[in-house]
Amino acid sequence: MTYLIHGDTGDWEVVIGLEVHAQVSSQAKLFSGSPTAFGAGPNSQVSLVDAAMPGMLPVINGYCVEQAVKTGLGLNARINKVSVFERKNYFYADLPQGYQISQYQHPVVGEGVVTVDLADGTTRDIGIERLHMEQDAGKSMHDQDPKRSFIDLNRAGVCLMEIVTKPDIRSPEEAGAFVRKLRSILRYLGTCDGNMEQGSMRADVNVSVRLVGEEGYRTRAEVKNVNSVRFIMQAIEIEARRQVEVHESGGEVVQETRLMDPVKGETRPMRVKEFAHDYRYFPDPDLLPLELDDAFIEGIRASLPELPDAKKARFMADMGLSAKDATTLVADRESAEYFEAVAARHDAKKAANWVTNDLFGALNKAGLAIADSPILADHLSKLLTLMDDGTISGKIAKDVFEIMWETSDDPEKIVADKGLKQITDTGAIEVAVDEIIAANPGQADAVRGGNDKAIGWFVGQVMKATQGKANPQQVNQLLKAKLKG
Amino acid sequence: MSLDKNDVRRVAFLARIRVDEDDLEPVARDLNNIIGWVEQLAEVDTDGVEPLTGVTGMTLKRRDDVVTDGGDPDKVLRNAPDRVGDFYAVPKVVE
Repeated sequence: MTYLIHGDTGDWEVVIGLEVHAQVSSQAKLFSGSPTAFGAGPNSQVSLVDAAMPGMLPVINGYCVEQAVKTGLGLNARINKVSVFERKNYFYADLPQGYQISQYQHPVVGEGVVTVDLADGTTRDIGIERLHMEQDAGKSMHDQDPKRSFIDLNRAGVCLMEIVTKPDIRSPEEAGAFVRKLRSILRYLGTCDGNMEQGSMRADVNVSVRLVGEEGYRTRAEVKNVNSVRFIMQAIEIEARRQVEVHESGGEVVQETRLMDPVKGETRPMRVKEFAHDYRYFPDPDLLPLELDDAFIEGIRASLPELPDAKKARFMADMGLSAKDATTLVADRESAEYFEAVAARHDAKKAANWVTNDLFGALNKAGLAIADSPILADHLSKLLTLMDDGTISGKIAKDVFEIMWETSDDPEKIVADKGLKQITDTGAIEVAVDEIIAANPGQADAVRGGNDKAIGWFVGQVMKATQGKANPQQVNQLLKAKLKG
Repeated sequence: MSLDKNDVRRVAFLARIRVDEDDLEPVARDLNNIIGWVEQLAEVDTDGVEPLTGVTGMTLKRRDDVVTDGGDPDKVLRNAPDRVGDFYAVPKVVE
């Protein structure tokens, strides 16, 4: 669906490119041996390299290189066999080196493509421009003291991947879908935990607008450091609307960096010091170029897990799932693994129904992730087995599911403890049927007189009398035999 | 390529080096001499020659992903002019 802003002078489309910063999952930092874990005490994860003491030299973490290459392969991108680390020079209190070691002219990963899944079931390809490795900066706190800022260098030197898209995105929805898909791929690969609340993933959003049919791009503005999918979508809506107003009132959009205020629902220019964007990149003389050989790249390619697109295709082709169910199930690796564990011993469509409707419904309602599910995949699988072999009816299964959700118990135990086993003994059902018929002669006459609807009423009464444990087909047959036979 | 007074003022600001107004002219002259000397290299025809990044024949050494450092905020903060708890304290930076 086309996203357009209806202005006074015409319809405007939005052109969006994203720069996503994703923290590489690793034990140690990119150029030092200090740890990367989140939430440690201030400056407790800092080496003298991170603090930029004189004479300290960076040595690259080979695993971070593997992670970046793995991500590049997951984004269907070209891997550059030679890439170069450069110094991006700027002054800030939480950047002790006075420069960030980054990659500029020669990034480790070149062009690629990500297929995003949209709400209407269609997909769209978003081009990747590049991926490069760089150091994170430290963290400043400005609100603790009237005269001083506090600096914590724990993050300084942590390896980030900056993933840059082509200006292919045309709506807030596509931008949201891209970030969700990217996060999903990174999590499948295990190269970034994708945790936006903890800042493991954040995005700079480049926005410009143009009249429908117009060639080329107009000047863009960049909304910096947006840290949730919802805010990214909101930032685009707000910024695009602002730019349309600027253009239509005869003004000019300035190329600048802006910050979003989600509370006020506006973006405003960042106060950037003069010359702040003159980074004077040059190759870092402390680091030789990063050279990768085919064996290294192919070794990583061989270790790639099945990614969401391939999994989705397999779920649809081999298991007969709908695109909607398949997309939902592959969205994160844990969900897909859960589903596959259940589907291993059952009809895939039935398993998908229980997982996407019953389980995901309950998880959503409780605000839980699949990893926190009180119902184990093995237990859900057993529940389906109990239904398949006729031990319990479908209706009772829903009740057992509720109890499993509350107690995390094994469904076999629940069925045994609560006596929920379906009554298949014809004699026992017959007794119940006879009692109901005897107690309701009027209704019985109605059935005999040809009112088939009344038979449904009898089925309901018998089920009620047996607490739902009678086999409904058997009840039906018995009633028909007795009333009409 | 040559630098004038304004270029020197700008580069000095970017590098956070204080250069007095009176010194801008002489510094510009010195820098231009250096640049002119280095620019002689441009006379060499380098078409089709790959950039040389080192003469030692070494490749970039890689570390294993193992934690070998950290856990000592006092060591890291020993040279800090000011600290509060285990934070560096610096003159307020207002964004």
